[in-house]
Amino acid sequence: MNLHEYQAKEVFRSYGIPVPNGQVAASAEDAVAAARALGGTVWVVKAQVHAGGRGKAGGVKLARDFDAVRAAAAGMLGQRLVTKQTGAEGLPVSQVYVEQGSKIAREIYLSLTLNRETSRIAVIASAAGGMDIEEVAAKEPEKIVTANVHPAAGLQPYQCRRLAFALGFKGEQIGAFQKMAMALYRLVLEKDASLVEVNPLIVTDSGALIALDGKINIDANAVFRQPEMAKYRDPSQEDPREREASEHDLNYVSLDGDIACMVNGAGLAMATMDLIKLHGGSPANFLDVGGGATAERVTAAFNLILSNPKVKAILVNIFGGIVRCDLIAEGVITAVRKVGVKVPVVVRLEGTNASQARELLANSGLKVIAASDLTDAARKVVGAVK
Amino acid sequence: MSILVNRSTRIICQGFTGKQGTFHSEQCLAYGTKLVGGVTPGRGGEKHLGLPVFDTVHDAVKATGATVSMIYVPAAYAADSILEAADSGIELVVCITEGIPVNDMVRVKAAMAGTGVRLIGPNCPGIITPEECKIGIMPGFIHKKGAVGIVSRSGTLTYETVFQTTNNGLGQSTCVGIGGDPVRGMNFIDVLELFERDGATEGICMVGEIGGSDEEAAAAYIKKHVSKPVVAYIAGVTAPPGKRMGHAGAVIAGGKGTAADKFAALEAAGVRTVKSPAELGSAMLEQLKKRRARKAPARKPRARKPTARKPARPAKPARRPARKRAAPKPRRKR
Repeated sequence: MNLHEYQAKEVFRSYGIPVPNGQVAASAEDAVAAARALGGTVWVVKAQVHAGGRGKAGGVKLARDFDAVRAAAAGMLGQRLVTKQTGAEGLPVSQVYVEQGSKIAREIYLSLTLNRETSRIAVIASAAGGMDIEEVAAKEPEKIVTANVHPAAGLQPYQCRRLAFALGFKGEQIGAFQKMAMALYRLVLEKDASLVEVNPLIVTDSGALIALDGKINIDANAVFRQPEMAKYRDPSQEDPREREASEHDLNYVSLDGDIACMVNGAGLAMATMDLIKLHGGSPANFLDVGGGATAERVTAAFNLILSNPKVKAILVNIFGGIVRCDLIAEGVITAVRKVGVKVPVVVRLEGTNASQARELLANSGLKVIAASDLTDAARKVVGAVK
Repeated sequence: MSILVNRSTRIICQGFTGKQGTFHSEQCLAYGTKLVGGVTPGRGGEKHLGLPVFDTVHDAVKATGATVSMIYVPAAYAADSILEAADSGIELVVCITEGIPVNDMVRVKAAMAGTGVRLIGPNCPGIITPEECKIGIMPGFIHKKGAVGIVSRSGTLTYETVFQTTNNGLGQSTCVGIGGDPVRGMNFIDVLELFERDGATEGICMVGEIGGSDEEAAAAYIKKHVSKPVVAYIAGVTAPPGKRMGHAGAVIAGGKGTAADKFAALEAAGVRTVKSPAELGSAMLEQLKKRRARKAPARKPRARKPTARKPARPAKPARRPARKRAAPKPRRKR
């Protein structure tokens, strides 16, 4: 689950992490009122979307008077912002964040996230602030410094000092950096953040350290115990089909192709997409219906798949283990009748009671194409759209 | 032989009386698994499925001599259950639970380091030695005792691999589902090491997926330490970057963890990769045929060796089955 920048900064403030003064606004007039209330002579208007790359996409504008604030906000609100992270459809902008301008002397990158290789939270910093860390990692990996935190000991002052010296901080800045890093580590633990990113962390011309941007992602597995964070959820930033899927306990990811798939198990679901591609087709989605594929779930899954107008054929691929294939076949038959599926449906069922399941499908009177194995299923569904 | 579990392994179930725990314990018992009891705090002294229920893992281990625990406790409490097992004399913890918060697993992993207790999972189907011992949620009937060791991050892809290697007659020595979470217990390398040493395992099927770099690490390990043929498949060639594909750990982050990188690393290590999961079984059959053909001429002199050595042998192997995980007595650890 992702937070907006203004939400992340609210959380930062509650941890004593310095951020510029700012206010969120949902209309151009509100944005002007926010700028007026904040005072000063320079403001930054920032589109609130769950994606990076806003600056280059026109989602961050500098304004030197109220008219410019109004114009910037009006230009963003109600629009969809397309950045390199959003895909072609972009994300809707329903709020802007108006912030006092900061005088920047230096930009640093700082983030905390899981290091999968060490199974520890890593503090990652780079002197190349404002840039994508991936880009820095590819071009100038020597600029990245990392500290892995032992969960029993917690983040240690020496680790912060080591990073601070490597970043070229001096004097009071070392203490300020340590304070910020430790606050962020506490945040990661207490809020179950899977990622906290400050990019850039700026040094102002007076030498102060400020989190100029902020990004917080919450571990989806831990949202149940983070009610405060759960309130920050903004469904408008989520793919509508993915959102509906999560309401039915289905795992769904939208893709660009025209062959929909419905599979049990995440690994097999990915493998099914790969097979479609391998046989010359293009998958329309990832969909894991989970282990207990009941008739209700299968029906919900069909509805979801068919809400995508691009879909020209459906591949149902189920390896029935504990779940019996004949039950799943009944689910497919019920769903196809109820939903009124117009596109070809290829079904591959294997495992417990697979032969009874095939019989059920064959006698259902429905136009369901039975496949004998994985390869056969992929060929048949790709053939059906050509 | 097999790895980690066999017909004499004694097992308890944590979350025994819950819906999942009950259902899958029944299935395991029906398969012949030596399930000897379960743990549900507050219900100690009761009987469930004809087996004793204990309040704590400590009590259960003391009374039953179990060395393995299978966990179906809900995600919010699962980390505590893993650590309870690890602290109570259990040698192998198999955690099926999906959805454990990452921060919990970071703590569990650090706390278990250096204890010598092994963890399989979480978010995994479990482990099975066909026709001997099933610990987890996999469908038992598709398995067949045999020559292939299987290690996988995905449950249903493990079943596919099992199904294929059963149908082509190879069978499986042991199958280990290491799970789909980013922080987990045993990894590819840990399992590969055991398969390499296991007499029954002739070849290894490895099923990976996008996310992390464990497959790359496994590739480097295979190149150095694994002499047996390895066939590998990686799921997620078509997965878009930045999206979590069902499993918490299946995500391409910052351009890292792509299927293409993993395939390349494995191929560079001499691993036979397949681009279709439907070919895992046939590729393994081909590899083992080659290996058996190569080995055949050399086999005769080798087959004679044990006969020559016979007088020395009985003493050692006789002790072996009693070693480690087979021990039905309360353990020496405390």
